[in-house]
Amino acid sequence: MKQRFSFGALVRGAAGGHRHWQPQWRTPAMKRRYQVIVVGAGGHGLATAYYLAKNHGITDVAVIEKGWLGGGNTGRNTMVVRSNYLFPESTAIYDLALRLYEDLSRDLNYNIMLSQRGIVTLAHSRAELDGMARWATALQVNGIDSEIVDRDGVRRLVPTLKVADDARYPVVGGFLQRRGGIARHDAVAWGYARGADSYGVDIIQNCEVRDLIVRAGRIAGVETAQGVVEADSVALTVAGHSSVLAAKAGFRLPVTSYALQAFVSEPIKPILNTVVLSPVTGFYVSQSDKGELVMGGALDLYNSYAQRGNFPAIEGVLSSAVEMFPFMSRLKLMRHWGGIVDVVPDSSPIIGKSPVQGLYLNCGWGTGGFKAIPAGGFTLAHSIAHDTPHPIAAPFALDRFATGALIDEAGASGIAH
Amino acid sequence: MLLIPCPFCGPRAQIEFAYGGQSDIVRPKTPDAASDQEWAEYLFFRDNPKGSHRERWCHRDGCGLWFNLLRDTVTHRIARSSPVDEPRGGNA
Repeated sequence: MKQRFSFGALVRGAAGGHRHWQPQWRTPAMKRRYQVIVVGAGGHGLATAYYLAKNHGITDVAVIEKGWLGGGNTGRNTMVVRSNYLFPESTAIYDLALRLYEDLSRDLNYNIMLSQRGIVTLAHSRAELDGMARWATALQVNGIDSEIVDRDGVRRLVPTLKVADDARYPVVGGFLQRRGGIARHDAVAWGYARGADSYGVDIIQNCEVRDLIVRAGRIAGVETAQGVVEADSVALTVAGHSSVLAAKAGFRLPVTSYALQAFVSEPIKPILNTVVLSPVTGFYVSQSDKGELVMGGALDLYNSYAQRGNFPAIEGVLSSAVEMFPFMSRLKLMRHWGGIVDVVPDSSPIIGKSPVQGLYLNCGWGTGGFKAIPAGGFTLAHSIAHDTPHPIAAPFALDRFATGALIDEAGASGIAH
Repeated sequence: MLLIPCPFCGPRAQIEFAYGGQSDIVRPKTPDAASDQEWAEYLFFRDNPKGSHRERWCHRDGCGLWFNLLRDTVTHRIARSSPVDEPRGGNA
């Protein structure tokens, strides 16, 4: 059993000069056969492995990762968690994620630094505020906390925001999900990795999966940089690279890969204690525990696998930033980066079976995968263990594009992803 | 910033253009006979290659015309641009 983190362990560690801490997960040699192989050790892949072991007793699992764990979109996002989507199917799965996040530090014995500081979505016109009233009410009907705030309410929540009528983007109000907030993204990956590893799951890093082996319509294993590994079931949790691996298994996905950029400023003293999102400009911002302002915005709207962004999107995001928060004009950016996101026409995920028997999908989260990590792993693990979809994930099956039962969140989820 | 060669106006900055996704998507020839899966393929399923991609752009703030571009999705290197009515054989 792993060392447990506790106040007592910290005190004992201090007495011994903190020399007793062990690595948080093993670096095992890869076996030639596993019951389940998960491709991609990001948040969704590691959570899938963790819940396979914890909820379903399946521990003969390998998570195979071409780089280092949590080094893709899990390490590149803006850490926001929320469940304020419009449709009942969406609120069910995103709120499952948020409820699991609320208990995750205790469940994993690993501090994911969840801070439910609230997320305020801004309305810049009366029409937009009317739309948000409908949205917030739909959320309440679906059992999700949400409330409409007027301009003074927004001003009290975010005093540094320019809300006046003469602003380029005047604010007339907004709506608030108080349970939304941020969580430490790396800690989510590390915590799930540590948890899965403690059940005996092998996490194989620096080992690219180069091909999927399909025999008579059934998955048989994967071909990796370290040779062939057989498996009864294989799960793809590779976000922006889902189309590439699906092509190797011989089918197509309704996925388009785009680059999404994010930015952090130099660290400053606490100035912003909520997450602020403006659907009109696409701009959103929060302040990390280190004091950096963490910002994001629109996609670079053309197919890309480049993991780097382009200047028109940077200019768009930052011009919105300084219009809405004039104080930001004097800040320096410390870093900016890009991740490859898997966007689906109805902006909802694809979870569950693929056209190949024994091959399971978890993709299509677009720009919003981080907030969904616990639910993605939880429901995919159920799908793999029982070969039937989890009830909450059933509406997100791949066949919805043929049946027409789309869950069209494109206009509803705050950002078009 | 991509420098995109419009076949009619020459190389221009990316911000003058609108992106239109994959080229040469063919509507089912016999709509009444097409299955739900064929309609889904036509409406929603797209090539999403890591590498060379044949795609459609519009010179929105210039001549306003659509054209085809052969672009690498990793390096963003543009191999070729051609008018939209040029048959595929001469392009890929």
